[in-house]
Amino acid sequence: MRQLLNTLFVTTPNAYLRLEGETLCVEVEREKRLQVPLHHIGSVVAFGDVMLTPAVLRRCAQDGRGVVLLDRNGEFSARIEGPVSGNILLRQAQHDAAGNALTALGIARACVVGKLRNARQVLLRGAREAKNTEDTQSLQQASRLLANQIRKLPEVVDLDLVRGLEGDGARIYFAAIPLLIRANQRKVFNFERRSRRPPLDRFNALISFLYTLLVNDCRSALEGVGLDPQLGFLHAVRPGRPALALDLMEEFRPIMVDRLALTLINRGQLTEQNFESRVGGAVYLSEQGRKVVLTAYQQRKQEELTHPLLEQTVAIGLLPHVQARLLARTLRGEMEGYLPFLTR
Amino acid sequence: MDQSGDDLDDAVPISALQHYSYCPRQCALIHMEQTFDENLYTLRGRAVHEQVDMSESRLEEGMRIERALPLYSRCVGLVGKADVVEFAVDGTPYPVEYKHGPRRSSEHDDIQLAAQALCLEEMTGREVSVGAIYHHSSRRRREVAITPALRDRVKSMVPKIRDMLRTGQLPPPVADERCRHCSLKDSCQPHTVAAKQRLHRLHRALFTPEDECASS
Repeated sequence: MRQLLNTLFVTTPNAYLRLEGETLCVEVEREKRLQVPLHHIGSVVAFGDVMLTPAVLRRCAQDGRGVVLLDRNGEFSARIEGPVSGNILLRQAQHDAAGNALTALGIARACVVGKLRNARQVLLRGAREAKNTEDTQSLQQASRLLANQIRKLPEVVDLDLVRGLEGDGARIYFAAIPLLIRANQRKVFNFERRSRRPPLDRFNALISFLYTLLVNDCRSALEGVGLDPQLGFLHAVRPGRPALALDLMEEFRPIMVDRLALTLINRGQLTEQNFESRVGGAVYLSEQGRKVVLTAYQQRKQEELTHPLLEQTVAIGLLPHVQARLLARTLRGEMEGYLPFLTR
Repeated sequence: MDQSGDDLDDAVPISALQHYSYCPRQCALIHMEQTFDENLYTLRGRAVHEQVDMSESRLEEGMRIERALPLYSRCVGLVGKADVVEFAVDGTPYPVEYKHGPRRSSEHDDIQLAAQALCLEEMTGREVSVGAIYHHSSRRRREVAITPALRDRVKSMVPKIRDMLRTGQLPPPVADERCRHCSLKDSCQPHTVAAKQRLHRLHRALFTPEDECASS
């Protein structure tokens, strides 16, 4: 199994990255803060005003090491690509599949069932760990509602209806999420409903930031296997939107983001001070808060889970790659349909 | 099959022969799907090849030595590059293929060498009856006779590879002993693709959520 290498996140403004032999150096105000062997690094993610020498960019591109530039808040700005031309036959198959209503429906459905089943596991785990029977019962009730949505999926033969079931499922799920936040944290993390662009409370700010990291990982995974990240099945094509990366991300949201967000909150690793509010109500993670989250995200990626189809353990951080490859194999007609990753 | 004229668009890369003789799917993954995964073997192989990949031409004891020499055969439909070709004083070429280690089966290497020989014959008009595989780890040369049987193997394999590349059909995985050392195992997923029943079983259970008690 492919090795999960570290992602180097550079968040310090005006940091300067340069090569020194086979190592990568991070300098801040001419002072060397970090020096890591290149072969330990799988990709570099730079937030805001970070400088990278042309030698760093060239070397990373050549080795297929991803370099992603995000703005200070983690929004995507650019990606540096190497000379890999990708797989035109695979992209052709992807386009054919997207043009075939039945195939597209099948893949979209698989993305949604992956998301809803993994979301349900988050609720069931919460029900087992809940401190009072009232919470347990509410969480069990929500998971029953989600199970109903899941069972309805195979009968639905229209893409918009699949999206409808997904939307209803997400509402049921997010309505139950506050019950998973520990009572003593519910004042600071008073999550009610999902809000984006901008996030209007701390929980939304947290998961939005993590989803941005996840969609980047999914995008890299798709590009890595030669798929076109812009042509999706569940998510409609829209200029500038990585629709397929969003499709692939669905099954990982509960496992890689929601669970992690809840852990960070319930363990008290994130506090009120780790967030900033803007006039008008937008809420973002602070610089310090982002560091906490990035470290936790990296650690989460190192944890291993058993993959039911591969029948072997896989680092969570590699799951997007593994699933992107399975999707590619499905599109090339080698597998009977896309099978999302399901957690237990 | 049209091999007239200078159009080598359809020419088969010499390296594809070696891959195809090892495993047709490996050949397709590399030359069709553009998959390239590194493992210990490919990294070692690359390190060896970096030493011979700088094109140069020099004289050594009256013998002309060419490194990274471009090769082609319009008749057979091949293109590629030779690691090293030694030209004897009379002009007879002697191809040498560099390998990073001693490998169990040599047929795949021999086929690659025979393909180089066929190219060199067409390019120089001289018969190439012998070449060598240089094993980097043991620093030994193994001389290989370019027999009629080996030539026939090359000539019959080239159209098969060309057809495969033309149709874009991915051969099924072999899922046998060969996969163990293959650098493309992660991409190929031989055992996953072959495990149709497991996939089918998981698909059938996909929309049936486990009940609350069973998952605790």
